[in-house]
Amino acid sequence: MNPYQEKAAYIFTAESLRKKFRFSEFFAEKLITSVAFLSIALIILIFIFVFRESLPAFRHKAKHNIEKTISEGSKPESYGSSENASPGQKPETYTGSETAASAAKPEQYTGSEITAKEEKPEAYGIVKDTGLSTDVRGENGSLVPSESNNDEGSLSSLFSNEWYPVSENPRYGLFPLIIGTLKVTLIAMLFAAPIAIFAALFSSAFAPPWLREWIKPGIELLAGFPSVVIGFFALMVMATFFQNFFGYETRLNSFVGGAAMALAAIPVIFTITEDALSAIPSTFTEASLALGASRWQTAVFVTLPAATPGIFAAVLLGVGRVFGETMIALMATGNAALSSLNPFESVRTLAATIGAEMAEVVFGDMHYGILFLIGSMLFIFNFSINAIAEFYVKGKLVRKIQGR
Amino acid sequence: MSLRLKNKLIGGAIVTTSALSVVLIIAIIIIILLVTIIGGKDKLSWEFLTSFPRDGMMKGGIFPAIYGTALLVIIMSVAAVPFGTITALYLSEYAHEKSWLAQTIRFAVRTLATVPSIIFGLFGLGFFIKFVGVGMDNWFLGGQLKWAQPNLLWGSLTMALLTLPVVIVSVEESIRTVPRELREASLALGATKWQTIKRVVIPGSISGILTGTILAVSRGAGEVAPILFTGAAYYLATLPTSVSDQFMNLGYHVYVMSTQSSNVDQTLPIQFATTLVLLMLTFTLNFTAVIIRSRLRRRVK
Repeated sequence: MNPYQEKAAYIFTAESLRKKFRFSEFFAEKLITSVAFLSIALIILIFIFVFRESLPAFRHKAKHNIEKTISEGSKPESYGSSENASPGQKPETYTGSETAASAAKPEQYTGSEITAKEEKPEAYGIVKDTGLSTDVRGENGSLVPSESNNDEGSLSSLFSNEWYPVSENPRYGLFPLIIGTLKVTLIAMLFAAPIAIFAALFSSAFAPPWLREWIKPGIELLAGFPSVVIGFFALMVMATFFQNFFGYETRLNSFVGGAAMALAAIPVIFTITEDALSAIPSTFTEASLALGASRWQTAVFVTLPAATPGIFAAVLLGVGRVFGETMIALMATGNAALSSLNPFESVRTLAATIGAEMAEVVFGDMHYGILFLIGSMLFIFNFSINAIAEFYVKGKLVRKIQGR
Repeated sequence: MSLRLKNKLIGGAIVTTSALSVVLIIAIIIIILLVTIIGGKDKLSWEFLTSFPRDGMMKGGIFPAIYGTALLVIIMSVAAVPFGTITALYLSEYAHEKSWLAQTIRFAVRTLATVPSIIFGLFGLGFFIKFVGVGMDNWFLGGQLKWAQPNLLWGSLTMALLTLPVVIVSVEESIRTVPRELREASLALGATKWQTIKRVVIPGSISGILTGTILAVSRGAGEVAPILFTGAAYYLATLPTSVSDQFMNLGYHVYVMSTQSSNVDQTLPIQFATTLVLLMLTFTLNFTAVIIRSRLRRRVK
């Protein structure tokens, strides 16, 4: 072969320097890009499919007959005799044995371990009567029950005060569930937010560097504890401990559940707060120290206010974590859909309702749809919280640090 | 003088409170560990780990639960790690930092990381079982019921979606620690972008991929809510033999034993021992990940 010809191949021309089309490059880039799209697609798919499954709630005509139930108003609700007997029984069996069922025992399944109490009859038995004559008919806007009311009966009960998904006259009042969720979230936040923020302050402002390197991964280990383990711990240890300490009657209640969920929320709040505090430029603290402020004054009056948006985001994400927490709620809150404001009463949260009842509903019926509707609500709520934390707070934080 | 004293007192109080918060959190971690260890250590034995539950789960071991959890996390990793790694590669190598697409993907990943796990369970039921499963049955099996019910595959895939953000975040972090000079040297030698990624970036970030996998496995082994209605079974007499079987799971086992069983008190040792196994598993995995990660960070410094 001619040596000159071979040499000529190495002369760079505009042509040879131009990026060549290679199929493998092209393929790799397109493949990687399309896989990356998956995350976005997933969010959309989650919304579409969770909402799609909740449609039966709107389509389904309610089967219950108001007149019939009014005549039976005083009769105890018997899950056992109705055809949808199995749904949702198991968790409630447990609740019943752990807490108490009514003295009149309108909802008794096991009968063995149930202890009589006087609060429950109000919640289950008597409220049912009054609820029927006021709530259900009141929602429909007329006091006289008529055939036309039956169509929208159950869906309109969404806003009522009763969650009886499995009875002859199912009512899906989300009110007690929402109250319960808010109550648990509030209690969890009252515990978690101060502890986590103070811990983050210590880690970022007061702790020597060698200690800091231990604290952060140490606390993040708590984030690695499965929620079912925390729930088990709450069920076995915390519930007994708090009951002995405060001396209330219901062993599993929103206080225990909230305290347990605080354990799940603390690592979330701690990590984000710590990052926000560490992101404050050192010029801030140096200026403060140079002006003669002490270290704690710098930390409390300079670093902490500068990081407020970040801390706000941390607390928001903590709320999101608690709001959707299922296993701890299932195990430690007692799972009774009561709408009282007493922190020592059993509650049932939205997420726990899904977890407890979904496994046993009839696919495609109203109850099933309502559970998915609750799921959509949770998803939208969480999405909004995340969006607020992401856009509003981060923009504000950046502006604040840059001094604009 | 009194002002200075007052200042000192307030300062001391704040520092003490914040230090106490840290101590409290660490103490809670230690208490949880100790309580499970003390409660479960007597029951924990080789026989407990390798035998089936007996007498209506009143006696015997938890082998099917361990086996099911292992299968779950293996299938989950096979699904989540490649997708997570590729997404991380896109974010760090291909996408421009400020492009709207990269920003949107980042937002989606962070959102996925905060979606409650029960929502993944609902999605698994609504999408995999009621949509994909029903579709598969109708198309391939002519309406015969096989895929349109909870099973190992759907449970694992649901869990994979949950752990996807864990992998993405971890891998991306480690890809960013691969020095820019290495990439430039590779490109300067005439390697193409894909060759550089394959030969330089991925080998350089292998420890990050490993960390991501470990964290994902730890998360997947501990979560219960996503598999509540996508495949976990209360009790099975046989081990799952194909991906269309249901499976037992450690976390779900703890849950059903402590809340749904008729005699909670009698099975307390089993519950504690199962919790201990689960906690030890996730704790060890997390601890390993923390160590790998801190080494990685030291290397960067």
